[in-house]
Amino acid sequence: MFVVFLTSAIAISTIFLFGCVGEIITEKAGHLNLGLPGIMCAGSAGGCYGVSLYMNSLADPSKASWILLILISVALAFAFAAVFGGIYAFLTVSLRSNQNVTGLALTTFGAGFTQFFMNSYVDKTNFAKASLLFKASLPFADSLGWFGDIFLSHGVLVYLAIVIALIAGIVLNKTKVGLRLRAVGENPGAADAVGINVNRYKYSAILIGSGIAGLGGLFFVMDYIKGSWQNASTIEAFGWLSIALVIFTLWKPIVSIPGAIVFGGLYIACSYLRVSFNVMKLLDMLPYVVTIIVLIITSIRNSKENQGPASLGLAYFREER
Amino acid sequence: MSKQNTVKEPLFHIVKRTEMPLWQAWLIRIVAIIVGLAVASVLCAAVAGKNPLDVPVSLINGCFGTERRLWVFLREGALLLGVTLALIPAFKMKFWNLGGNGQVLIGCIASTACMFYLGGKLPDWVVNIIMIVAAIAAGAIWAVIPAIFKACFNTNETLFTLMMNYITTALAAYCLVVWVPSGTSVLSPFTEGVLPTIINDNVLTLIVVAVLLVFMTVYLKFSKHGYELSVVGESEKTAKYIGINVKRVVIRTLVLSGAICGVIGLLLSGSINHTLTTSMDNNMGFTATMTAWLAKFSPLVAIFTSFFITFISRGMSEVQVSFGFSESSVANIVTGLVYFAIIACEFFVSYKIVGRSKNKEKSVKTETKEKQTEAKADEQTVSDEKNPVKEEVK
Repeated sequence: MFVVFLTSAIAISTIFLFGCVGEIITEKAGHLNLGLPGIMCAGSAGGCYGVSLYMNSLADPSKASWILLILISVALAFAFAAVFGGIYAFLTVSLRSNQNVTGLALTTFGAGFTQFFMNSYVDKTNFAKASLLFKASLPFADSLGWFGDIFLSHGVLVYLAIVIALIAGIVLNKTKVGLRLRAVGENPGAADAVGINVNRYKYSAILIGSGIAGLGGLFFVMDYIKGSWQNASTIEAFGWLSIALVIFTLWKPIVSIPGAIVFGGLYIACSYLRVSFNVMKLLDMLPYVVTIIVLIITSIRNSKENQGPASLGLAYFREER
Repeated sequence: MSKQNTVKEPLFHIVKRTEMPLWQAWLIRIVAIIVGLAVASVLCAAVAGKNPLDVPVSLINGCFGTERRLWVFLREGALLLGVTLALIPAFKMKFWNLGGNGQVLIGCIASTACMFYLGGKLPDWVVNIIMIVAAIAAGAIWAVIPAIFKACFNTNETLFTLMMNYITTALAAYCLVVWVPSGTSVLSPFTEGVLPTIINDNVLTLIVVAVLLVFMTVYLKFSKHGYELSVVGESEKTAKYIGINVKRVVIRTLVLSGAICGVIGLLLSGSINHTLTTSMDNNMGFTATMTAWLAKFSPLVAIFTSFFITFISRGMSEVQVSFGFSESSVANIVTGLVYFAIIACEFFVSYKIVGRSKNKEKSVKTETKEKQTEAKADEQTVSDEKNPVKEEVK
């Protein structure tokens, strides 16, 4: 029972992890991207489009190549999400619009676009077959007992998420690029003064962060719900939770790995409790209640080093230094 | 001059505008709306293989085509205006209340609960009074919870209010399984305990929102409360220096904000639909975020923005039918595009692009001139905000 619980907690945590790491990178550049839900939707649209393109190009879809399928869909998911991130970046970095409003508009647009695109342009006939490839795990995972079940039985995107989180953590904290990016988010005026190209860092962070978040949408559709598309609003809810997770993990990509697993566990916890159907409906609010409690605890604890980037949410205009 | 020593002036640079006549600012915004709609029309027409000029025709037809459509348009616009009015004081205070959906829905839940438990057992007018009180209280409580934490611990209100939306949806779903024993979660409309009908189902909504509009305009413009919340929004430090109790202002404003959302919920459940669904808020909390921002937090400009966004979303349902789209999400795409156009145009209202000038001295002169007028700029923005109100009043 516990093994099954932990295994599915890790599986669902991947959506949060992609979204959270993407948002952390964006926020480190000083941009609170409330368009993340829309961007994750767009990522799922792009990734699914890639899957349908590849699967339909084959004469026999059951002989699809694993590596090609993953590569094409991941690349397209990243690209679609990055294009949506690009809209946000252009409006907030170059045109200095209000970040909250732009983000909300992007969420409306992204969810609408994804819903339309998925139902009109994406052929979902081979999704179940493709999903098997996404979920394909290491062949010897079954023979390792509970260890194999918990850690090795997942599809490739789960490990990709963890690797990306680790890389993001190292790049942000141990490299020159990361230091500069943090400088841009903390005090763009000072960063500009020492010769850092502020806009380039902001654009790159938003585009890369959005692309990573988009993979979360792809993972949800192709791996977690096994290729059965329903609607964009579920992904939207994951997007909001991912943004909340950023605060929970104190803007640290590496902390977000266990953080996402805790979140994932809470998200699925109610389906493991033996309660009546009515109470089950009520327990649907559990992840959101927990998020609120986390937000409150984080804000009460309020220590100096655990704050978000200092100029988060503020547009940078050189003449106003 | 060697090549390395010359600093190349960029092709263009961006300068903050010091002043722009109001008509010019609105001209830019209207042009942006038209451009956004045009792009959306062309996209729609390209996808459906029809004439792009049919889109505006269908839009207008969808809103004003029949008497019933006109009434629905007026009602939906009024409801959106109501939520916008609720969000304006919070936003003016820089409190990002994204929980409009939840606050409206909790109002629906509260008023439906009154109809469910009291309808038929007490005289209608007693039920109505209890309903009104319950819905307003529920909305206010829903908004004040994040406000208290924001005021005391500076908890992130954006995410807090967002999470409250999902909690409310779950609560509504729970109420529906409890109230509907058959398990279909479809609550048949009540006949007892509903709010009185004036002429038809829609007029009461229009009257209530009109009252709210007058109240909010006066509250923001002439009351001490309105002044205090705008100071808190401009600068919390200034507010503290001049002796405003910031915590109290935050909590008080959010009680008002939530209460108005509760009233809208009351209208939705008690007057229009007589029932409850989990998506009864119709995402108005989010839409109102946009309309409030587009209106520059002025209640009177919000009339225009709310009805305009309603015009697009109502009209799009007609476009969807006549263009043969199977997806209702087309409306979201079009509104998204219009949002982008309006958001982008604000740049041209507050900044201007200056090309590379050949005459260096001239550009230096204008720069110094701009610095001198910078002090004036602050005053200007304040009066800019007030001007549209004045004009509309006249």
